[in-house]
Amino acid sequence: MTTLLTDPATTGAHRADTTHPSVSPADAVRQTMTMAWRATLKMRRNGEQFFDVTIQPILFTAMFAFIFGGAIAGDVGSYLPLMIPGILAQTTLTACMATGVQLREDMDKGVFDRFKSLPIARIAPLAGPMVADLLRYGIAATLTFLMGLLMGYRPGGGVLGVIAGAVLAMIAGWSLAWVFAWVGTIGRSAQGVQGISMMIMFPLTFLSNAFVPVETLPGWLAAFVQVNPVSHVVSAIRDLANTGTLTAEVGWALAACAIVVAIFAPLSVAAFRRRM
Amino acid sequence: MYAVTTSPTPPTTSAVRTEGLVKAFGGRRAVDGIDLEVFPGEIFGVLGPNGAGKTTVLRMLATLLAIDEGRAEIFGVDVRERPHVVRQLIGLTGQYASVDENLTATENLVLFGRLQGLRRADARGTAARLLDRFGLGDAASRPISQFSGGMRRRLDLAASLITRPPLIFLDEPTTGLDPRTRGQMWDTIRELVDDGATVLLTTQYLDEADQLADRIAVIDAGRKVAEGTPDELKSSVGDSSLHLLLADPTQLAAAAETVRRQLGGEPVLTPERGRITVPLERADRAADVLTALRTAGISLSSMSVQKPSLDEVFLALTGHDTHSETQETAA
Repeated sequence: MTTLLTDPATTGAHRADTTHPSVSPADAVRQTMTMAWRATLKMRRNGEQFFDVTIQPILFTAMFAFIFGGAIAGDVGSYLPLMIPGILAQTTLTACMATGVQLREDMDKGVFDRFKSLPIARIAPLAGPMVADLLRYGIAATLTFLMGLLMGYRPGGGVLGVIAGAVLAMIAGWSLAWVFAWVGTIGRSAQGVQGISMMIMFPLTFLSNAFVPVETLPGWLAAFVQVNPVSHVVSAIRDLANTGTLTAEVGWALAACAIVVAIFAPLSVAAFRRRM
Repeated sequence: MYAVTTSPTPPTTSAVRTEGLVKAFGGRRAVDGIDLEVFPGEIFGVLGPNGAGKTTVLRMLATLLAIDEGRAEIFGVDVRERPHVVRQLIGLTGQYASVDENLTATENLVLFGRLQGLRRADARGTAARLLDRFGLGDAASRPISQFSGGMRRRLDLAASLITRPPLIFLDEPTTGLDPRTRGQMWDTIRELVDDGATVLLTTQYLDEADQLADRIAVIDAGRKVAEGTPDELKSSVGDSSLHLLLADPTQLAAAAETVRRQLGGEPVLTPERGRITVPLERADRAADVLTALRTAGISLSSMSVQKPSLDEVFLALTGHDTHSETQETAA
């Protein structure tokens, strides 16, 4: 769709005849990747965007292991296989939350006017930063596993199992980020978005099997925990990292992610269009 | 690739045509039924005070705000029905720089070029060319946060020109700029039109509209109150006036008589300050008055010819001045 060489003197009405009626899916992907490139440039310049995915896995892994290890699993060593996938899910989810808040901040800036006035897919300004955030989830996954290994975690799934678990965490992060992207597009201010996101994130993480076995929970709570997509993601990461097996939980986790994207991606794009 | 071929559009298609454009925020009609027609190749100025609805009109035309009522066409393309096509025909330079603060000048232009389908090398080449043209070559790799107001505006304008759109919207392109930078911006805008583009700009300054625009629409409280060439507008407001301050106030009567003889009009006297104000049909007639005064041995401590200000234009057109308006609330 390059029109650079067109002489404007011969354009105007004539130009209207050489335009494209809509964005092709291939163009939408290219535009999303360009927006992702922009997001990585921003990340490089604002180091604090990496705090949540560096400090949190290190701090929380140590903290949770020593505080809950004895009470829940008898000792720290046997709690690690249960907890590390949980920490990973929690860290990724916190990182997703930042996606929504940053999107809100970004949308309040003048540059978003230009994005909106360009002939690009409406999804690109939303999906771009989310693709770039895969980098942050990757860092979080690596650090969590490294911290676990340092503390004595020996994943039975081996290198491949751990990598598969990390990749699943990244996929889950990207999918769940759409929830927060939607909150980001409908929210009025970055603070408001932060507040709402916290209210979504805490139940999702703590009302899951991330830190405690489901059997210890009262029946009504267990019922919610079992349908929480985060629980499926955590179980799937456990299966992959601890035993190296591709279980039904992996399928459930991917299905849950797909459902979340199918609901919240269109909602986000629709909200983004409406705001204009 | 997937270019649509439709029957050739007649050459008479307007660059912009709106009919009864309306935008309401809450209960307030920020734009209340505006008809505009901008012809290809002209600079069209939308003149009005803060809060008149200028920016809102522009944002609707640029597909940033939904049109509540009425219709708008860009080169014959309906803005509401085919926004994606409209976006391929326009470039927008906002009132607040619509560039990315976190990126360098080059990165900004490459970003917008890539988004519009340029290949990496083309995007870089275009960025370098535009930065040179706008005198930003030396600042190419500096972050925008270090840019002055004028540099930001120039980068913003450069970003609007990457695909050389046939229609360019400029929202108050010189508000907040110093006089020298302002003059440079005016030159740049004239060059755009020389290159074949059509420009629709908003401004609060009559002199800016006067300097740049082929035609002007005056907007007040969401309605169009006047339209015409700058000369038509000014003559509808009245003539400019000559202000004289005498070195010796006792010569006032003699000076008034000289002025009356030269211009024919009745001067307004302010005896205690030795001041004379008189309507002036043409600015060059002031020279005749000055010569006559010197011949009569009357010396002046100051003189000025004042053109009608926007305030006076407004007063004449709407019966109220520009300062009674509410602040612009369009986000």
